[in-house]
Amino acid sequence: MDIIKYRNIYFSVSGILIFVSIVALVVFGIRLGIDFTGGTLWQLRLTNDQQLTADSIKSFFENELKIENITIYPAENGNFLFRFNNISEEQHQEYLGKLKEKFGETEEISYETIGPAIGGELKTKAVLAVILVLLGISLYVAYAFRKVSYPVKSYKYGIITLVTLFHDVVISAGILSFLSWRYGIDFDTKYVVALLVILGFSVHDTIVVFDRIRENLLVGRGKDLLIVINSSVNQTIARSINTSLTLVLVLLALFLFGPESLKYFVLVIMAGTIIGTYSSIFIASPLLLTAKGK
Amino acid sequence: MRKPIIILIAIIIVSAVAVVFITPIGLIGPMGSISHTLPWRLGLDLIGGAHLIYEVDMSKVSSGERNSAVAGLRDVIEKRVNLFGVSEPLINSAKEGDSYRLIVELAGIKDVSEAVKEIGSTPLLDFREILEINSSSGEEQQVFMPTNLTGRYIKSASVASDNITNQPSISVEFNDEGAKIFEELTERNVGKPLGIFLDNNEISAPVVREKISGGKAQISGQFTKNEAIQLVSRFNAGALPAPINLESQQLIGASLGSESLQKAIYAGIIGTIIVMIFMIIYYRFFGFFAAIALLLYTILTLSFFKASSMTITLSGIAGFILSIGMAVDANILIFERVKEEIKNGASKLVAIEEGFKRAWPSIRDSNISTIITAFILYYFTSSFVKGFALTLGIGVVISMFSAIITTRTLLRIFVRK
Repeated sequence: MDIIKYRNIYFSVSGILIFVSIVALVVFGIRLGIDFTGGTLWQLRLTNDQQLTADSIKSFFENELKIENITIYPAENGNFLFRFNNISEEQHQEYLGKLKEKFGETEEISYETIGPAIGGELKTKAVLAVILVLLGISLYVAYAFRKVSYPVKSYKYGIITLVTLFHDVVISAGILSFLSWRYGIDFDTKYVVALLVILGFSVHDTIVVFDRIRENLLVGRGKDLLIVINSSVNQTIARSINTSLTLVLVLLALFLFGPESLKYFVLVIMAGTIIGTYSSIFIASPLLLTAKGK
Repeated sequence: MRKPIIILIAIIIVSAVAVVFITPIGLIGPMGSISHTLPWRLGLDLIGGAHLIYEVDMSKVSSGERNSAVAGLRDVIEKRVNLFGVSEPLINSAKEGDSYRLIVELAGIKDVSEAVKEIGSTPLLDFREILEINSSSGEEQQVFMPTNLTGRYIKSASVASDNITNQPSISVEFNDEGAKIFEELTERNVGKPLGIFLDNNEISAPVVREKISGGKAQISGQFTKNEAIQLVSRFNAGALPAPINLESQQLIGASLGSESLQKAIYAGIIGTIIVMIFMIIYYRFFGFFAAIALLLYTILTLSFFKASSMTITLSGIAGFILSIGMAVDANILIFERVKEEIKNGASKLVAIEEGFKRAWPSIRDSNISTIITAFILYYFTSSFVKGFALTLGIGVVISMFSAIITTRTLLRIFVRK
């Protein structure tokens, strides 16, 4: 299978995906979750007879409870998700009482409020974790490609691995920003974890392909680089796809049958895994050929 | 050729014990006692409960006494929570920069708001002495100034009734340190009123007639018998050595928790079965052994989680399920190698041995980046991340070995010529 031949098609597809993702990030933005900004996230089940809409509840919150900057998302089974500023326990009980008075039966599914100080700390920790993972993975890439190999310089493997990584994370972030816009997902700790996990997977997929290319280059000196890359990709493609496929299968099970709260977390990792596999086969290896030409 | 069979027998015995250990079967029969003494530890997000973060106000505690104040707070809160009937409350303290925090986890609690009230209710008892100051207008004013004597020095308290008015009152007994302070305080203030404050409200201000030694005091105020009884039980549980502020809280309803647990287990089982079916369809004969290895992996890893008394959270289950998807990676790498060796003309037996040998560096390398990520995420300290990183990391490490050892043993026994 001549995969490398059509490299310009893959590059165009990825270019468009990255462009769309960046546009999505700029247009929709990413709203930080309450664990970074401080605030309250409240899930209630309002089981009364009237047809309640998010709008009517919103006006109650704004006019009766005097809560500003509130966003409401309707969920399944009469559940509503509210997000607003950080409140005290007294306010929490007061609001709950008033809600019960107004809407009747009100079950508290979950409630979370985070003070701004703790939010700030979690943000710092998240940034630190991202930096450390990037550093750890870069060191690992440098280690994995420490032996110089002809005809592609060793540092180029490293750079291409990081470019591929960037590709995967930007597209995943684009998907996340779409979800944020469409389903009101907040970018909280969960999604930092999702992106970092995608990063880890993406790197190992790319490294497996590159390892094989290097091995084949050592064995078949003098052969054309294009042929070597092509046969290496073909040798590892079954492994790459199968490994991701088993992961996607369990993620799919978790997405379809798993708990509601993990749904989008799982979706983002699933999308990232597919993108990571695609990029290691169709982007990273052809890029190696491009890098050699210059 | 005897060796693989011995390993196989060992694997079968270990797995059988593990199955009994992690499933409800373990609750009956001779293994029952082990399963009972080591129950599953489920996180708040699976059984419902409250996760409370308190900020400790240390402004009135000298820097040398802060650690002991935190320790005191933990004890007091634990006693209060126990009164509330929560089994095994988890109370941790943490220091973040200059601020001191208490993290209280109440699992399976029904009425969280009552518990929050009970924990936070600070029968912050303190004694204050009169200080005369000149106000800006030149008049002399009398103000109560806080002293060192607070509720933390109370050894015991009981309800008494006033001899004359028959009003309920509270008698408190200070510990040695408190008694000394009380003695000095009364000596200093003979003829003057001594303010007794509860939660910053003056409840009485008796005039000191003489120095009081022995560390006993009577507090009479305008409370009913019931109020007095409640106060006494709180004093006996101990007063909070420093005020605390509820900074963050997370409440998870029991119904949400059990629904999450059920769905996660269901999804995990379905995911495992799908992966097993995929391996059998794609790799046929070899895949069958990989499927068995995967089953053993889940059983062994779950036993490990249970035996190490790790708290299983929802995110932890997610991490574990993810590791199930990754666990067959080692097998896939090996089988692809074996296929190649066979294509290059090696016999089946040689191909298998070569496949295992040559795939190992790739298996090791491909898991390193996940292990790095899991390791860093674990030190990220938010509880969601910790649970996830821990199970994912442990899962990946165990899977590397379980997939290789079990599959190789099975193949060595069942593949002939």
